[in-house]
Amino acid sequence: MALARTQSIALIGLRGELVDIEVDISDGLPGYSLLGLPDAALMESKERVRSALQNSGAQWPNKRVTVSLSPAWLHKSGSGFDLPIAVALLIAQGVVIKVNHDFQVIMGELSLDGSIKPIRGVLPALIAAQELGIESAIIPAENLAETGGLTKLKPIPFSHLSQVLQYLEEGVIPDVDPKQPVLNIPESKDLSEVVGQRSARFALEIAAIGGHHLLFLGPPGTGKTMLAERIPSVLPELSSQESLEVAAIHSIAGTLAERQIDSRIPPFVAPHHTTTSTSMVGGGAHSIRPGACSLAHKGVLFIDEAPECNAGVLDALRQPLESGSVAISRVAGTVTFPADFLLVLAANPCPCGRFNGKGLACTCSSLQIRRYLQKISGPLLDRIDIRSFVEVPSRVELASVEAGESSEVVRKRVIQGREIAAERFKEETWKLNSRIPASQLRQKYRASREAMTFLHSELDHERVSARGYHKVLRVSWSIADRNGSTIPGLQDVQEAYRLREGSKFL
Amino acid sequence: MARDLQQIGADGETLVASFLQQQGISIVARNWRIKEGEIDLVARDGTTLLFVEVKSRTNSKFGHPLEAITPAKAFRLQRLALAWIATHDQWGADYRIDCAAVHFRQGLRPEVEYRAGVL
Repeated sequence: MALARTQSIALIGLRGELVDIEVDISDGLPGYSLLGLPDAALMESKERVRSALQNSGAQWPNKRVTVSLSPAWLHKSGSGFDLPIAVALLIAQGVVIKVNHDFQVIMGELSLDGSIKPIRGVLPALIAAQELGIESAIIPAENLAETGGLTKLKPIPFSHLSQVLQYLEEGVIPDVDPKQPVLNIPESKDLSEVVGQRSARFALEIAAIGGHHLLFLGPPGTGKTMLAERIPSVLPELSSQESLEVAAIHSIAGTLAERQIDSRIPPFVAPHHTTTSTSMVGGGAHSIRPGACSLAHKGVLFIDEAPECNAGVLDALRQPLESGSVAISRVAGTVTFPADFLLVLAANPCPCGRFNGKGLACTCSSLQIRRYLQKISGPLLDRIDIRSFVEVPSRVELASVEAGESSEVVRKRVIQGREIAAERFKEETWKLNSRIPASQLRQKYRASREAMTFLHSELDHERVSARGYHKVLRVSWSIADRNGSTIPGLQDVQEAYRLREGSKFL
Repeated sequence: MARDLQQIGADGETLVASFLQQQGISIVARNWRIKEGEIDLVARDGTTLLFVEVKSRTNSKFGHPLEAITPAKAFRLQRLALAWIATHDQWGADYRIDCAAVHFRQGLRPEVEYRAGVL
């Protein structure tokens, strides 16, 4: 047979598309043409496939080889097509196949000696294959750890091309050592390690209950980063569906080494403030990769020193904050990645960073102080419900031997608060307090009468904007859920007011 | 050494010529040479002219003999074929460009691998 066909999956963002790999060997001058919009890595497959075949005891056909990847219009990228091309070449050369591979996809990169190397994006590719009715998949052994969550599709791991050949000819599934990838999971951090910071802890808890975006303001060394890093530990665990979704994104980005595949802990992503907007929202010419905000999907995106960020980087987050996803358009097509995250910003109050208490140690001019935080744009600040000033811990607090509340205790309250909210919103399209639409806040989800009177008087005295008014109401629902009140009372709204408007800097 | 290589090349061409003749194809010219290059064999199969490039090898250290024909060389063959047609006033004749590989292996009979219509 001079013509053969195998199947694989091409990824466009998280979406997988079935790709047919057809190989035709015809008489003519020895040559290799690869059709179907391959990228540079895929163009190089010829040399890898050729050496891998020769070093696995198979033949390279010294004839005209045409490889076509269809659908032809789809841009294909990456080295994962090496293995399906090699297998198709073997079949085209007359290797007799015993295994029915009609419902099987093949993926893997070949090394020159014929061993199969791991590739990125195996998990989302296999999820897509499963939905397309594919029954089994030949995958690199090192990617096996990623495939735990699949139900209907059977992944078969291989570590060498010769094993694949043996499997296809005789149906022998090799005993491969499913090499566990070296996991580099950061130790989980607990809230009990934070000394004092009563009000910042409170802000953090309310943010977790209502899914409110959060800004920590405070001098250096007061624990803003420490607090932010501990937010995932107080968030509810991810559901298995969410966990699979998060793992799929990390599989494409190649960052699964920092995250266990079935981890239920919400991700924590902290890009440096010099990051570009492309790395923040995602991008890339041919293979579009998820950015930091998608890696933080269902978790926390923490940006330290937010005012130092380059212009536009923070503002690039406005669209995902609004829609919970990012759409990226490139030559290769348009890709949508989910990006539903809790945004936590940290900032010094002024350029010198020493503004604390009365600001006696601060060497900045009042103009500098005012300009500094203005670098965070208004529309972005608008989407941040809670602003918390993180004070320098006092002598008494630092001397205290008593540990603060642990993450465990706080998480229980967060879960309880979220359950109350979910029960209240069971008829609605949203589940979190931070997502209540403004119109509903004025009608169905008003606070108690006296609380509303208080807010209206603040509005009359121009101490709160119309926008701030709605934010305060949203936060007050989260406070009410924490305290077990059925409707936000005066005290809840006043606390919310303090969390929203309390900072003298903004 | 150079003489040896030339001899191997000439032996290969002779082998291919007799291979073609066995199939009733007549040889029109051998080693037709002009400034731009050389055509190893010109043959006639019925009404079709065949221009044949012969590559001979005694070992496979440098890959398959036909791999030595790069796309640039293949296009030079095409130009040479047209030059032959022009000088012999054969305009309008059907023609084909073929390649042949001859493997000389120690202790074995030489083997001819013939590829028709490679361009």
